[in-house]
Formats: sequence, C-alpha cells, structure tokens
Amino acid sequence: MALCRSRPSFVNLWTRGGAPVSLGAKIDALGRNGEGTLQEVSSETGAPRDPAGYWRATLRLTITLLLIWFLVSFGAGILFREALDSFSIGGAPLGFWFAQNGAIYVFLVLIVIYCRKMTQYEAKFGIKA
Amino acid sequence: MDQTFWTYFFVIVTFGLYIGIAIYSRAGSTEEFYVAGHDVHPTVNGMATAADWMSAASFLSMAGLIAFLGYGGSVYLMGWTGGYVLLALLLAPYLREFGKFTVPDFVGDRYYSGAARVIAVICALFVSFTYIAGQMKGVGVAFSGFLGVPYNVGIMIGMAIVFIYAVMGGMKGITYTQVAQYVVLIFAYTVPAIFMSIIITGNPVPQLGFIGNAVGTELSMLEKLNNVVTDLGFTEYTQTTKSKMDVFCITAALMFGTAGLPHVIIRFFTVNSARAARKSAGWALLFIALLYTAAPAVGAFARMNFVDTVNNAVYIKDSENYAQRAAEIIAGGGKPVPIWYKDWEKTGLLKYEDLNGDGLMQYRGPNAPDGIKNEVDPSRDIFVLANPQIAQLPGWVVGLVVAGGLAAALSTAAGLLMVISSAVSHDLMKKTFRPDMSEKQEMFTARIAAAAAVICAGLLGIFASSLPFVAQVVAFAFGLAAASLFPIIVLGIFWKRMNKEGAITAMLTGLVTTFGYIYYFKFGSGTPDQWLWGVSPEGIGFVFMWLAGAAGVITAGLTPAPPQHIQDLVQDIRIPGQRAAALPRAASASASASAK
Repeated sequence: MALCRSRPSFVNLWTRGGAPVSLGAKIDALGRNGEGTLQEVSSETGAPRDPAGYWRATLRLTITLLLIWFLVSFGAGILFREALDSFSIGGAPLGFWFAQNGAIYVFLVLIVIYCRKMTQYEAKFGIKA
Repeated sequence: MDQTFWTYFFVIVTFGLYIGIAIYSRAGSTEEFYVAGHDVHPTVNGMATAADWMSAASFLSMAGLIAFLGYGGSVYLMGWTGGYVLLALLLAPYLREFGKFTVPDFVGDRYYSGAARVIAVICALFVSFTYIAGQMKGVGVAFSGFLGVPYNVGIMIGMAIVFIYAVMGGMKGITYTQVAQYVVLIFAYTVPAIFMSIIITGNPVPQLGFIGNAVGTELSMLEKLNNVVTDLGFTEYTQTTKSKMDVFCITAALMFGTAGLPHVIIRFFTVNSARAARKSAGWALLFIALLYTAAPAVGAFARMNFVDTVNNAVYIKDSENYAQRAAEIIAGGGKPVPIWYKDWEKTGLLKYEDLNGDGLMQYRGPNAPDGIKNEVDPSRDIFVLANPQIAQLPGWVVGLVVAGGLAAALSTAAGLLMVISSAVSHDLMKKTFRPDMSEKQEMFTARIAAAAAVICAGLLGIFASSLPFVAQVVAFAFGLAAASLFPIIVLGIFWKRMNKEGAITAMLTGLVTTFGYIYYFKFGSGTPDQWLWGVSPEGIGFVFMWLAGAAGVITAGLTPAPPQHIQDLVQDIRIPGQRAAALPRAASASASASAK
C-alpha cells in the first residue's frame, strides 16, 4: 500500500524520458543509495523494505543449496560413488542408492527449504510477494 | 472378466473423463488459452507439471532401461529429477515474475530483439517436435499392442483426443486434464510396483523393498541380483561399463535440459506469483518422485523376474497347445516358457533364437562363465507393460497400466502442443509479423496452430514408426534445450550486463555445435572413439552449454551494454511484486502512446 501511495510523486520522473523505465527500479536505487526521502514499509510485516538485502540473501541461499544439489547427485552418486559403496543403507551400496533414490529425496528437501527460506526473506526484507 | 475387456474399459473411461474436463474448462481469452489465466493453484500446477513432464518414455521405457543398465540407469533418475532444483532456484520464480506467456517471449523482451525471439522460437519448435514424435509413437504402440487396433489408427485416435482438449481448452483445458492424467498414471504405475515388491521382497513399499532382503534369503535383493546377473555373464547390477565422465555429462545434460525445456517452463507461467511458482516446483518434484523413486525398484524386480522365469525355460513353439505342453514340461521337472512371453512375442518385442539347438532359452551376458551364447533378446520397452502379467496380477491391472501409459503420452503431447501453438501464434504472428492482430484473431490463430501441430505430430509418429528414430532423437531435445535455451535464460536473470549480441551468439553456438555433434554421431559416420573427451551424444549438451555460455559472455563483454530499461527489467524480476507494481504504468503508457 505504501508503494501505491508513493507512486504519483514519481510520475513525472518516470514519463519524462519517454523510455519505459520501471518505477520499482527507481525506488530500489533510491533505497540502496540512501539518497531518497521515501520511507517504504511492508504492509504485511512492518519490516523496512530492503530489496538489495533480499537479493543478496537470495543469492547466498541459492548458491548454498546448489552446492548441496551438486554434492548429493554428482558427488555422492557419481564422483565418490566407489568410496560410498563401501557403506550401505539397508541392503543397497550407499553410492548406488544415492544415484538411484537418495539424491531424489534430497532434491525434494532442497526445494522445500528454498520455499520456506524465501518466504522468510520476503517478510524480513519487507518484500510484498 | 478378461484382460481385453478391462483394457477397453479403462481406456474408454479415462478418455471420456479427459473430454469431459476439456468441455468444462474451455478457454475464453488468450490469457486463459496460453497460461490458464495465471491463476492455477500451486499444488494443482505441480500435479499438472508432473504429468506434463512424465512422458511415455518415463512411464513405459525408463524402468526397463534401468533393468538392463543397472547403475548406468541412474543417469535418467538423477537427470530427470535434478533439473527441478534448477527450475525452482534459478528459473521458475523469475520467469513467473516476468509475467508473460512463452519462453521466446522472455528471450525477445529481455534481449530487446526480434531476431533473438525468432531463434528462440526455432529452438522451442525443434525441441518440442522432436519430443512429441516419441509421445505419438507411444500412443500407437499402446493401442496396437493391447487393443488390436492398427498402429496408425491408434495414433489417429490419440490425435483426435488431444485435438479436442488442446484446441478447445488451450492451457486451461490441458491443465485440468493433466491433473486427471497424473492420477491415472501414478495409480497405474504404483499398483503393479507394490504387488511385485511384495512378491520379491515381502515389503509392500517398493522404495523399501529396493533396499530390503530378497524373500526367503538372508541376502539383500540387490546382492542376490548382482549374483544372478554376474553368473550369467553380465556386469554387476550396481556397476556400469560407462565411463565416469560420460555418466557425469549425460546426467548433467538431462538436468540442464529439463530446466530448459519450454513445455516444462511454461507450466510455471500458469500460477499467480513467484512464491507460487517456487511452491509449484516443489509439488511437481514430489509428484514426480513418487514414480521416479519406485522406478529403480521396478527395474530391479523386472530383471530378477525375467531371469527367474525365462532363463533355461523350455521353449514352446506352438502357442495353440500351450497349456497342454506346459503341463507336460512341468510334469517332467522342467520349466516351461511363461505365458506372458508367448503373448508378447507376437509384438516382436521379444526374440528367441535357439543357437545351440537344445530347445532351452539361454539368457546370457557377454562374459558368460559357461561360454553359452545368449539366445534371448528382450526389448527394453516391454517391462512396464508386461510386469503385471509377469507378476501374475489380475487382468484389470493390465488394463490400468495401458490407460496409464496413454495418459503419460497424451499429457506430455498436450503440453508440447501448447508450446508449438503459442510459439507460432504469439511469438511469430502477434509479436513478429502481425502486431496489429486483435485478441480474437490471435486466439483463432492459436487454435489453428494447435490443430496443425496435432496433425504434424501424428504424421511424425506415423512416419517415425518405421525408423529406430525416436529414442535417438530424444538426445536432441535435451541437448538442445541445455545448450541453446538454458544459458541465455539464466544469464538473462542473473547477469544484467548480458545483451542482445551475447544472447544471439550463445543460442546459435549451442544450437549449431550440439546439432552438429549429435547428427554426426547418430546419423552420420561418427564412431565412439572419436567422442570429444569420451562424451557420448547424449551428454554433449552439457559440454556445449558451457561453450555457448562462454561465447555469449565474451560477445556481451565486447559489445555495448543493454539499454537502461532492460537492466531495470532484470532488476524488477528479481524482486517479487516490483514488476507487478511497475506493469500497469507501462501498460497505460504504451496505451496512451499508441492512442497518439
């Protein structure tokens, strides 16, 4: 709602150049540089809006999860399979099991963690999804 | 009740259901036609995505492939699921935030270029037509194998059904039929898997039976299987003869290919927000995992059953007197060839040649310790279809499996048709050649394009039937999606500096190198010793994906940065809600501009 109310003050800024420059990017730039007077607050949580922080957190989370994604599939299932095969889960060699079943379970868990974390970030950084 | 009755019963009931749903959910606007109104619930979309994704190959061929490849089959299991992590983390939420209709739409707008859009259309069409030929072939095989309908007539029936709900309902109709098709196919896959798991391991959950002990032994099921196949001269089930490099690259090509496949990506345009797109990817993987974690168990059980029932069986040539001959053989202490084998022999999917003239069916690997030559040659495609009979399940299970196979093929075909029709009507006509088209005209064009695509797909299925063509060209679809579409979509989101020149270079590099490599080795004179770094054509898309990405990045570095409004667009799609706030303004601005 804060976003909607702030819009008119940017109309001139936005249309002057003629090019379709997005409003959000302007706000974002202002917020990041700390030059603007605009004080935006998320209507959902009351947290101050911080798109730059949100994006940094998103990238960190994405890289962490992709690392795990790589380790359980290409790592456990392919590159280090022989080493893991000396252990077993039930009656299956561990590396083989990761390649045929285990990696898939971990993939699912990774997406669930991602969804949860991203929802938390949206609240924390005042992003209205 | 016999098997044929049940097969007809399930096929007719499910087809009626699909048509009913199609009539109920007709599309009224282009938005409904292309993206089901951007308003599908994440769970529903997850289910539709799962059906969209799991094709005739997943349903019918994969478990059979795994049965023969053992550990080598892992490339499909990891490759066709791991791509969803990439989709959820790197693509789906951002493309949804972008908020358009098609993959070329994103490419064209993000790279402010009609040429980039048209190249993306070419990639999307190529990938989709390759893929759809396989689905139509699956439909033809299911009809001709079970319903006594000629192959070509089977394809035409399949075409007619898809025609009705894709042309009428567009994405909206497809979404809800795919949900129904998912339910049919997962039920049809799971029921025989549970029965087989009980027979072989005593555990009703296939995923647990897979790591459990074989019935009546202290040995684990996999150890027993390893012993059984090595005694016959095959590689151990939990090992492979493929090189590590090749296994790595094939898995990666399938993963990145999955994430770049247009018919999968467009499913994430149908939900209402980036958050819903993320959730939807999770639901999709859950629904896919139900089948994909059962598949390796089904594969292992099938291999075990096949050796048990077929190896060293006494062959009966004449199927007329089967019952009488079989009784005689059993009385004499022998093992007769199983009845399901005789049934499937008619389809040509199983071959037996009595090389040593002893009347027994010797099934052997390349390194058989007893030096006996292999006499039995089963096709990988029969296992899922024959499993219910191998496990001696009732006739209705067989009918259910046929309906499931058809559901898998039809749901994927419909998703692909959407990509083809929207690429033609939206990206080629509306956005490139006829920008003045009204919404009504665009919708009409979309329906015509969908209809034409159905007919082309059917013809491909009919003509591809005589060639060993379909399994081979699937490598094309994944390799091209990985090498041509995936890099530019990801760079377009995560690197603002990526420009038009870089994108066009990357797409063309990926397209030409991957196409050339696969063509040379699959259809040309290439031999495996010429493979680049020992990577087979199935895995090469992964190598050329990096090449395409690098070529794109270098070109972008040498050419001017994209205009400011494009960099702002990239900024906007990274932050949920920001673009939606900016969009109405852009729309009203362009409306007032065109009014002037």
